[in-house]
Amino acid sequence: MAALDIGIESPIEAPVRRRRRLGTLFWFAVVWIGIAIAAAVLAGVLPIQSPTDMDMLGRRALPGAEHWLGTDGLGRDELARLVYGARISLIVGCCAPIVGVVFGGGLGMLAGYFRGRFELFAVGSMDVLLAFPPLVLALAVTAYIGQSVFNLTCVLGVLGIPAFMRVSRAATLTLTEREFVVAARALGASHARILLRELLPNVFLPLLAFFLLGVAITILVEGSLSFLGLGVPPPASSWGSMIGEGRESLEIAPRLSFIPAAAMFLTVLSFNLVGDTLRALTDPRQGAL
Amino acid sequence: MLTFVARRFLYLVPVLIAVSLLTFLIASLLPGDLAYVILGDQAEPDKVAALRHDLGLDLPIWWRYLSWLGHILQGDFGRSFRTGQTVLQAVVERLPVSFELMIFAELAGLIIGIPLAIACAVKSGSAFDRFMTGGAFGMLSLPSFLSAILLIYLFAVQLHWLPATGYVPFSEDPIGNLRCFVLPALTLALGEWPVLMRVLRSDMIATLQEDYIQMAKAKGLKPWRILLVHALKPSSLTLVTVTGINIGRLIGGALIVETIFALPGIGRLLVSSIYSRDLIILQGVVLFVAAGFVIMNFVVDMLYAVLDPRIRHGRA
Repeated sequence: MAALDIGIESPIEAPVRRRRRLGTLFWFAVVWIGIAIAAAVLAGVLPIQSPTDMDMLGRRALPGAEHWLGTDGLGRDELARLVYGARISLIVGCCAPIVGVVFGGGLGMLAGYFRGRFELFAVGSMDVLLAFPPLVLALAVTAYIGQSVFNLTCVLGVLGIPAFMRVSRAATLTLTEREFVVAARALGASHARILLRELLPNVFLPLLAFFLLGVAITILVEGSLSFLGLGVPPPASSWGSMIGEGRESLEIAPRLSFIPAAAMFLTVLSFNLVGDTLRALTDPRQGAL
Repeated sequence: MLTFVARRFLYLVPVLIAVSLLTFLIASLLPGDLAYVILGDQAEPDKVAALRHDLGLDLPIWWRYLSWLGHILQGDFGRSFRTGQTVLQAVVERLPVSFELMIFAELAGLIIGIPLAIACAVKSGSAFDRFMTGGAFGMLSLPSFLSAILLIYLFAVQLHWLPATGYVPFSEDPIGNLRCFVLPALTLALGEWPVLMRVLRSDMIATLQEDYIQMAKAKGLKPWRILLVHALKPSSLTLVTVTGINIGRLIGGALIVETIFALPGIGRLLVSSIYSRDLIILQGVVLFVAAGFVIMNFVVDMLYAVLDPRIRHGRA
């Protein structure tokens, strides 16, 4: 991953001053994502308090030596909840787009490579899925199958499939016409070999860029669901549910909403920034940004 | 033009059927038996069996789908087993609220987005342009519930200018009614303007490089006249599409915003039907929202064809 970033970063340095400015921000974003992921992974071993222990006497305590970021409405340590919240938000945020990349990306490649009836069917069924406003479908399905991290991840993952399919199909369609694919076919390569050895490495980068944007969107949707109390079930904390809980004490302790809100905003912004930089690099049509 | 409409319409029908099928399957195949929801988890098995028979849940699934679809085509979307209200009544009652919110939100988004886009396109590449494009990009990372909280904190908690939540019908208190729409509409507009601005800005930059703009400049027309009369209309095609799609999305109500600001619209109806596990209302509203979204996209396609002759002649 790191090696890949460096490899992509070098052409940015060269041509225009404006792109270079994007470069510093890009690295800030990468660092912030690293911090968030490290916090989420190491939540169990970090010297922080339990995210679920309640201290009814010390409710909404101000930040201090004992609680670095204070406590929430039930006297739980805000920092610990933030760190464990990062875990939930990032697990859902990263795993759901993986479902999308694997199924949507695969389906898109097959549709773009084989064309014909299969493509028509795949595109048509994705259009049906796209007909539902995503949040509505996510809410409806979780209402039936119940709230849990696993269910949430699956639902959001399935919702991402159409978008990934479009990206990978579009990339495959143009690549299939290229000389190296024609050459491979002329050499007698099997369909599987052409798909995996010739097309996949080329579709990978646009998909990766889109994957990062997918992570950003998924974190937002998960946050929205948890904010409504329809995402991750309590007492587990997610940034969205923390913002929702903090909203009840907006008059007296606005920081309970604002701290997780800032964490969420920065994370989403970082994923957007990194994803968009990669997308701009893989997209031959420059200048829109 | 007529063949174009007919072709798009023929595509619309299978999509609508598939949407209804998917809505039905979500409600039928996923775990969570309607009879148990109505009677409670501890219900006796023979009572559950009797209710399942009354509701037709013991019939084959294709038969249930067809009869459900048949009822819907006659305008019968079902009836809530909690409140006794029909889905249609509930939707019709709340539609005006979602509609009002949608109009204010789109207007506010366009009022913020269009002037900024024009200013950025004229000074494209300048510090102002870079700052605004960067700002728009940042705003895309701000979900509606975050901007809602920030706006409530600023205008309701700190300044006490506007009500934080609540709803007053227009017939009772027109001013109060408008006041409760300010913050929700502004929240949605904060999410809309970056998209609208980015789209219009890039189209406008392309338009400003056309020969006829040079011609207009050479004729000595005033800059604002060139921008507003000559450049804006040809640049606004994508803007119309995006606005149309947003409207289609908001017909289904803005789930989050309506819930936060306690506006009794379609989105709030959907969320409250989930909280109360009112599955009939949920199913009906999801179908209504999805069908509305599909039909609105169809209308946008038509509009697009009206604005751009290349599309209705089958190119592009």
